[in-house]
Amino acid sequence: MSFRNRELLNLIAVGLLTAIGFASVFIARSELVDSGSLVYAGIFFALFLVAHLVLRVVAPYADPVLLPLAALLSAIGVTVIYRLEPDDAFRQSLWIVIGVVLFALTLFALRRDHRALEQYKYLFGITAIALLMLPALPGLGQTINGARLWVKVGSFQFQPGELAKIFLIVFLAGYLRDKREVLAQGRLKDFGPLLLIWGGAMLVLVQTNDLGSALLHFGIFLAMLYVATGRAAFAFAGLVLFVGGAALVYRYVSHVQERVTIWLSPWTEEPVFCAQTGELALRQDCGSFQLVKSLYSIGNGGFAGTGLGKGTFTTTGGEPIIPFLNTDFIYSAIAQELGLAGAAGLLLVFMLFVARGFRVALLAGDGFSKLLAAGLTFGFALQTFIIVGGVLRVIPLTGITLPFVSYGGSSVVANFVLLALLLLVSSRANLQTARGRA
Amino acid sequence: MNRQITRLALTGVGLIVALVVATTYWQAWAAGDLADRQDNQIQRVAQFTIKRGEIRGNGIAYATNRREQKGGRTFFFREYPQRGLAAHVHGYSTQSRFRTGLERSLNDYLTGQNANLSTVLETFVDKAKGATIEGNDVVLTLVPRAQRAAQNALGSRCGAVVALEPQTGKVLAMYASPTYDPNLVEGSFDRVLGVRADCKRPDALLNRATAGLYAPGSIFKVVTAAAAIDSGRYEPDSEFVDPGYCEVYGKRVNNYDTTRPFGELDLHTALVHSVNSVFCNIGKELGAKFLVSYMKRFGFYEEPPLETPSNERAPSGLYKGTELFDPKEDTDVDPGRFAFGQERLLVTPLQMAMVAAAIANDGVVMRPQVVGRIVAPDGSVVVRSKPDELGRAVKVETARAVGAMMKDAVERGTGTAARLSGFTVGGKTGTAETGIAGLNTTWFISYAGKDRPQVAIAVVVEEQNSTGGQTAAPVAREVLQALLGKAANS
Repeated sequence: MSFRNRELLNLIAVGLLTAIGFASVFIARSELVDSGSLVYAGIFFALFLVAHLVLRVVAPYADPVLLPLAALLSAIGVTVIYRLEPDDAFRQSLWIVIGVVLFALTLFALRRDHRALEQYKYLFGITAIALLMLPALPGLGQTINGARLWVKVGSFQFQPGELAKIFLIVFLAGYLRDKREVLAQGRLKDFGPLLLIWGGAMLVLVQTNDLGSALLHFGIFLAMLYVATGRAAFAFAGLVLFVGGAALVYRYVSHVQERVTIWLSPWTEEPVFCAQTGELALRQDCGSFQLVKSLYSIGNGGFAGTGLGKGTFTTTGGEPIIPFLNTDFIYSAIAQELGLAGAAGLLLVFMLFVARGFRVALLAGDGFSKLLAAGLTFGFALQTFIIVGGVLRVIPLTGITLPFVSYGGSSVVANFVLLALLLLVSSRANLQTARGRA
Repeated sequence: MNRQITRLALTGVGLIVALVVATTYWQAWAAGDLADRQDNQIQRVAQFTIKRGEIRGNGIAYATNRREQKGGRTFFFREYPQRGLAAHVHGYSTQSRFRTGLERSLNDYLTGQNANLSTVLETFVDKAKGATIEGNDVVLTLVPRAQRAAQNALGSRCGAVVALEPQTGKVLAMYASPTYDPNLVEGSFDRVLGVRADCKRPDALLNRATAGLYAPGSIFKVVTAAAAIDSGRYEPDSEFVDPGYCEVYGKRVNNYDTTRPFGELDLHTALVHSVNSVFCNIGKELGAKFLVSYMKRFGFYEEPPLETPSNERAPSGLYKGTELFDPKEDTDVDPGRFAFGQERLLVTPLQMAMVAAAIANDGVVMRPQVVGRIVAPDGSVVVRSKPDELGRAVKVETARAVGAMMKDAVERGTGTAARLSGFTVGGKTGTAETGIAGLNTTWFISYAGKDRPQVAIAVVVEEQNSTGGQTAAPVAREVLQALLGKAANS
């Protein structure tokens, strides 16, 4: 069966799952949602059918599993958002439409050869840094939940970090392909760029107050450096530098300190000073209440979960218990309603996406494509780890989005561009393999 | 580069595997601990969607549900129709103040989360159907008439009453005063905290019956007498001479009434009239460690077993500050004053009821149980309490000898206020001075029945200006009458 027919079958399966998901939310909450919203599932399926048709034309040899997996993740996201906040689900669907449009535009623009991007690598690099610095500009940047990751123009609000991530990966793929031999020799002067980027990451950390975003970008850089040079010592040295730098930042930035304290001991037996109110309170009632409530939500799911639409996210009076449930904490909502079975299933979908992405990197024919695919995929995996790991108290909690699932325009759009790039690399690689055989 | 990509891929997949492990930890391994945390708001709200089992017993309901529709969900809120009648036993289940009492310790049964196979299946089917989960009903052994008698007899005084069935350990009455209205906990907690009564620290939420620690005074002589006779070194007719006081470490310790020394008397008479000097000399002879070993046989030094949460029960024994104190040497405590219930002895009414019950049950201590059975929504019995022997405290003859002393104490000694016509009643009074005049802790422990003991009871009243015989014994009498009257009718 051809790549695209396999993809179509996968998409139909995803479409059915989506329909079941929406139907179960509808049944569980029939008093609150109207049946018109059931059309969501249909629109959703149609949307990915369009993406599929674009692929048929532009990248016929692209991996047949990645698009259905992305569709499945988006479907889970929209279903859960719909269950939590029906109005947000409408906006999220609009963002998915825009995401698919950008997906198609990326595919069309780079249909001849995605390696054209390599020529503009420095432009991408500079733009990435500019985007990362954007929230730091006074008047433009916005601090939400303690982290300065947002930019607001009029009523339009977005996280430039999401797009910066992709631009940075494109730059690194081009730059490292260029310099990999020189870097691999390991002369001291060649460490210049490494130190420069380390400095940049630290600066971003200080500017945004956000450990997660810095960890994500620097992690991507180290991973790609390792892939390009084959020297694990570089990655290790970089990690040591990062930890050292983070420790330094930890000493001087109170927001980072608080995040780490919350992570290490979210519960206290005795009241401690609460920075938010200036009074003494148990930490679980103050700084760590988000994390703690989210853990309670996860714990309440147990093995099988409460069922879609049957979870508890509000008090008996209807007040929300967990803030940022749609975005940062969507995983704890899913874990409660779908239980360990559903949460592990969701993670399995992420794992499949990651495995498939690395497969694309392995099959790619040239260094740039390999680095690009590996960088995009690792970034995807690391981002998932940072947000879900934060919610699960594996690492300090930071406010980044769960790819394709969390509510948020910038995240959805950026991830569709990421998907388009992966599929372009994959299509070219598979085409070459097919020609090689023939 | 493929070697590096493969390694990076393993790292990437490894990161996600770590997330699966962490999720499993929180949802399987740590889920129980999370659910038990007092501040777990989600658990608290979620449990209101479960149709919680009722708490009832002997014809009345103590805890029922009020169904309410809110935001498209059905919630079941608790109502306590009997208000304060047995509030300390069943406790409360609220959103803002979590749970106490049986509502807390039996939460798994009441919410259908217990691990009995039938309940698991039923809950699973309910969940799968999306139907409301129904919890199991808890049926108490408390006798409402006796609860009411205790409530009326104590009135606004602070204290507690515990009545047990000696042969089975069934709790027939358990009342602590002041009580509180569990219906007010959610909305007007201030009124619960503000409950007033005739003592310095009313603390209405405290279950004085199981967690109130009091100096026992002379009721402890029952334990000393039992130990003395059981040791084989004393008989009920062992002779003593009472000079009106006893010398301990060269200091005099006086009888309650120093003006009228008894002169020559035997052990039996000493208990009937509660003569301190006799027990003081027995204590010096037996030693503190020996007495402690007998206390342990009655259940002291451990939290008295009951179905309520363990932090609502306190162990009885010698205390040093707030810590239990188990003397290593006989010289660690003053055995003379210890033997008649002073020194640093602190006991709960439940423990003293267990002592009375053991004497009434030929020396065998039964596990006190306030839950008779737990019943599934379909009426089938999930758990049925069976009488459980905790152990033998003293020999049969010892128990009978001490029982006879207590009987005479009610007939012609300090406990005449507890006499009930038509029934055999044995008892022992206690008056523990707190050092401030008019603030005695007064006690009465007793057993009563027609042909054989049917009830054992302990009553404590705080901050009284007279003796246990005048204050606590009449309360015991009221409760015994309520219990035995009912037994006579049925």
